[in-house]
Amino acid sequence: MPRSLTWPSLFTALMYAFMYFPIVVLGVYSFSDSRYSSGWGGFSLRWYRALFSDRRIFAALQDSLTIAIVAVAVSAVLGTLMAIGLARYRFWGKALYRGVSYLPLIIPDIAIAVATLVFLASVAVPLSLGTIIAAHIVFCLAYVAVVVSSRLQSLDPNLEEAALDLGATPTQALIKVLIPQLAPAILAGCLLAFVLSMDDLLISSFTAGGGANPLPLEIFSRVRTGVKPDINALSVVLILGSALLAGLAEYVRYRSDRNRQPS
Amino acid sequence: MAPPLAPSPPPSPPWADRLAPRRWLGPVVLLGPAGLWLLLLLVLPTLLILEISLVPGLRLGQPSGGYGLGNYLQILQPIYLRVMGRSLVFALGSTLLCLVLGFPVAYWLALMSPKRWRNLLLVGFILPLWTSSLLRAYAWITILRPSGVVNTLLTALGLPTQNWLNTSTAVFIGLAYSFLPYMVLILYASLEKLDTRLLEAAADLGATPRQGFWKITVPQTMPGIAAGCLLVFIASLGDFVVPTLLGGASSMNISRLIYNQFLGPTRAWGFGSALSMVLIFAVSLAIALLLRYGDRSTVTEAS
Repeated sequence: MPRSLTWPSLFTALMYAFMYFPIVVLGVYSFSDSRYSSGWGGFSLRWYRALFSDRRIFAALQDSLTIAIVAVAVSAVLGTLMAIGLARYRFWGKALYRGVSYLPLIIPDIAIAVATLVFLASVAVPLSLGTIIAAHIVFCLAYVAVVVSSRLQSLDPNLEEAALDLGATPTQALIKVLIPQLAPAILAGCLLAFVLSMDDLLISSFTAGGGANPLPLEIFSRVRTGVKPDINALSVVLILGSALLAGLAEYVRYRSDRNRQPS
Repeated sequence: MAPPLAPSPPPSPPWADRLAPRRWLGPVVLLGPAGLWLLLLLVLPTLLILEISLVPGLRLGQPSGGYGLGNYLQILQPIYLRVMGRSLVFALGSTLLCLVLGFPVAYWLALMSPKRWRNLLLVGFILPLWTSSLLRAYAWITILRPSGVVNTLLTALGLPTQNWLNTSTAVFIGLAYSFLPYMVLILYASLEKLDTRLLEAAADLGATPRQGFWKITVPQTMPGIAAGCLLVFIASLGDFVVPTLLGGASSMNISRLIYNQFLGPTRAWGFGSALSMVLIFAVSLAIALLLRYGDRSTVTEAS
């Protein structure tokens, strides 16, 4: 028996199949003409036609993209500054500050969602697209900060000091020396935050009110009552979109890994 | 008169005097905005639900009485204790499933896969994480429903059909599917660092592969196993989508119960807040256990 056909390799192949099976099923059924039976109903694009004439879906997608883009843009700035600040300064209560910055990664979404809703109700802020964005920035900035922090640890601090010695102001040194070195990590953190924001159901549900209807809420309200073939078509479109993003992220990582290796 | 001899100040970099007058400015600009945001939208809200969890019977738009532990005592009713127990069983079961399914995959990727393709293979395994968790759970409805893919296959093979959708089985499958990539990722990072010379040495000294695995590979990767299990446990404990879409009415867990107190018909905010605090406490406890366990293992390593 060849060495590559031991049981771990066979088992791993099985697990790869397990990971991709549901995605393949969604893809195949999105082209099936039948609505209820699980059998193949013949090739058809009717669910894609239904999807592309569905105004609610597109309005929801627009809401989701607005939330994710604004939240990620704000988080890119706040998260990066926080990571740099935590790496640079020592101050009273730093451990507490750092601990709080990890909380959004640890506390379950449902608890964050509940707390945010109760808080917004207690200060009588009406729920809207803006409140969703504000809530998304909390976890987006935490993820950006974590990714940027790990990159900061591997940076050469002498470069920034050299810039200061050569007469750069601290702001110039930050913008011209440190930020370019951090750019791949910031981009990677932003991509992660973007995907998580687009995927979020609970925090959006609790902070949306009637003012906004992001895509996960729309999908959830449709599929909780069973199988909807036009959602299969939507899945395929979204999976292609995420595959593009994932490819971009891997490319960024590959490039930055290659740059980091000593030449 | 000569000035008194003062100890010379430590040599400061030439830019220090330019920074000194505004020493507070840097930290405030860098740490202030994010800190304020987290304080306002995370810390204060969490303290707020801690407070209202101590107001028994608080409902939206109703005057409340004084403080008390009524909301927490309500959790001790058998019907809610069953929900807590079920959440725990879901989380433990999915953790165990992920470990059993994920370890051979991580092992193969880290130690047996062709080196050239290793990174690509790992990325390939975690790629499904980039797609919506909602849609991945939804895909399992298509597979597990009575007229779904599994039953079509079973019928074709002449086997009896299974009704797995809306049962705990479907929840376990869905949770394991959702969190398996995280487990593989963490175990891979741990196994990649394994010193394979130890295994060779053990084999030279007459250990069977099985002994080598249990006496060297597993103990050496224990921190990774613990971290992976913790992550999957926390994620499964607080999961909402999988139990709701795949588990049906019989799979009420703590997240769904909390959801119902706020967005469902009951609107019992005090009780919902108490449940949220219990969930936060459970997650904190799991992390504290890991930290303590991790510390102890480093202590034993050092001694």
